[in-house]
Amino acid sequence: MFDPDNLYVLPLAEWIQVAVRWMAVNLRPLFTTIKWPVESLLGFIQDTFHAVPYPILILLFSLFAWRAATGRIALFTALSLAFIAIIGVWYEAMTTLALIATSIILCVLIGIPTGILCARSDKAWSVIRPILDIMQTTPSFVYLVPVVMLFGVGTVPGAVAVIVVAIPPLIRFTNLGIRMVDREIVEAGIAFGATPRQLLLEVQLPLALPTILGGLNQTVLMAMVMSVIVAMIGAEGLGLVVLQGLGRLDVGRAAVGGIAIVLLAIVLDRITQAMANEQGVQRPSFLSNFVRLLRLRRTDDEEAPIAARAARRGTAVDDA
Amino acid sequence: MTERVRIENLYKIFGDSPQEAVRLLRSGKTKDELLASRYVVGLNDVSISVPAGSIFMVMGLSGSGKSTLARCINRLIEPDAGRILIDGEDVTRADAARLREIRRSRVSMVFQHFALLPHRTVAENAEFGLKMRGLPARERREKARRILEVVGLAAWENHRPAELSGGMRQRVGLARALATEADVLIMDEAFSALDPLIRNEMQDELLRLQQVLKKTILFITHDFQEAIRLGTRIAIMADGAVVQEGTAQEIVLSPNNDYVAAFTRHIDRTRVFDAASVMSPAEPIVLSGDGTVVEQRRGGLGPAYATDPEGRILGYYAPEDLDSLSETREPKALLRKDFSAVRSDAKLFEVAPLCRSQRPVAVVDENGRLCGRIEADSVLAWIGNNQTRAS
Repeated sequence: MFDPDNLYVLPLAEWIQVAVRWMAVNLRPLFTTIKWPVESLLGFIQDTFHAVPYPILILLFSLFAWRAATGRIALFTALSLAFIAIIGVWYEAMTTLALIATSIILCVLIGIPTGILCARSDKAWSVIRPILDIMQTTPSFVYLVPVVMLFGVGTVPGAVAVIVVAIPPLIRFTNLGIRMVDREIVEAGIAFGATPRQLLLEVQLPLALPTILGGLNQTVLMAMVMSVIVAMIGAEGLGLVVLQGLGRLDVGRAAVGGIAIVLLAIVLDRITQAMANEQGVQRPSFLSNFVRLLRLRRTDDEEAPIAARAARRGTAVDDA
Repeated sequence: MTERVRIENLYKIFGDSPQEAVRLLRSGKTKDELLASRYVVGLNDVSISVPAGSIFMVMGLSGSGKSTLARCINRLIEPDAGRILIDGEDVTRADAARLREIRRSRVSMVFQHFALLPHRTVAENAEFGLKMRGLPARERREKARRILEVVGLAAWENHRPAELSGGMRQRVGLARALATEADVLIMDEAFSALDPLIRNEMQDELLRLQQVLKKTILFITHDFQEAIRLGTRIAIMADGAVVQEGTAQEIVLSPNNDYVAAFTRHIDRTRVFDAASVMSPAEPIVLSGDGTVVEQRRGGLGPAYATDPEGRILGYYAPEDLDSLSETREPKALLRKDFSAVRSDAKLFEVAPLCRSQRPVAVVDENGRLCGRIEADSVLAWIGNNQTRAS
């Protein structure tokens, strides 16, 4: 008698079905436009990763890890990737990595400018903040519903879902990083006649960089997690290996997928965390950090004087 | 001296509609009455005039509005009413582009916590203002190097601020401000974050630099000692208004109210007052080039100084020699040379040791001309008089 099914059931499911069908039909150009950059970028990266022989890719990734982080992390990267290749899921791992790389690139391209906008305008922040709150409280699983309805199934809609889930931390941290820059340093920038643009590039972004990279680390991990979940909507990669393994009760296959996912996640986390930490200590300029990644020469304080180390330990040298 | 910065009737109110509050203040409402209607008075009808080449000290406790005043000059804070004139140009009317121009080349600033960019080297920090102005890299580095040499940091140009001590960091801050060659320098509690010893050193350094550079400096401080040590003139602020303005001697000698008196009470007067404030008229005997007495005004006791017609001291006559002066043909032969001379701006603590010896003390101006004499008793009497009144 008190079974809720006995009551009148609001036909919400039907309404949504109708609304979404309408949107899918009438707003198709919009969603195709959104899909296009994701699709092209994903296709390019995926093709590249699949075309390059795996020993060379392992070498390149390790090199990247060495430049961006440390030698130890580079070694760990090389060993992990080699292990992934040996257990036979290299192709799937590269698909997942391409998915993550695509999402991260687009997250950075959208998230950092949005974060900057939020930091500069309280009004923008007051609009975007509640959206981020909703995005972050919604379980990532639930995102699959609208994505499938609007973008269909496959790896590209998967990438869209990954971007949506992974972008909020980057926006938050960018906003926070810029707002936290020491007031007096910002004042100094203005006092010496910086334009808003100069202030952003010379003062605010470089000083916010450690925080932004911390946000990037969060974004990368979110992307990693979501790249597995989107296997449920037909995205290829390691998630699909796990899903298929479970579906066929092939525990061994599922475990292989799982191990590869964990290794990949640890590698990505180590690299991005090391980037953020290194920034916190040294804070080279925004650009020089990227230049440094390209250069094959260690520019770290090889000739750093004792004073530098003393200062880093928190003790200041005497006034000369 | 010409006037470089002039501030006229400046108001700054923190609150919803500042203009309304300014009107209320002008109509005679007090700060507390405004606080009741949720207005915080930052600056209340502040007018000051800063002569070119002087160090103008703005002194006050925290919350007195001194930092607000400093930030209004280059409009880091927008004033609500009043005018700020730099060489006659009203800064409050400048549009965004003109304001940037003023900030880049007319007014520069030194900050309490240095406000250096941690990811930039010392040289890059020093050239920051020039970079904002768009100077080519080579040219601005050259200028930055020259300035770093002036502040004694040439060897550190490729180091990061984190590798420097506090005093050195503020030298970089000073270098950054000097590099733009702006003639107005705002120093906002520039030395307050430094250890006392380093602070003294930096104060000396500033005075030394000022001798050469002759900038117009508006120096904000909460330290009255610092104010009297550096300042040509001092304005004391309380509750957003200037309560007294004058030279250190004027303020110490006659504080306007209890608030000002509280600062001056524990000040060592011998470091504020100079020889000019205790000297008595010299009434010299003027000798012409051939040694004849041209003028003899003096009738008092004690040694009588003799000068040439330009006023430069030749020596003095002891009282017992004065009688024979009118009889001799060689007045110069009677001259005695064992006197001490002090500059009229020498502080009393420097003068006092001279008085201990039995030699007479003459006071001369910056050109070496006699302008007064000091008796040991008068110094003692003066110090005793003023210190007791203070305590």
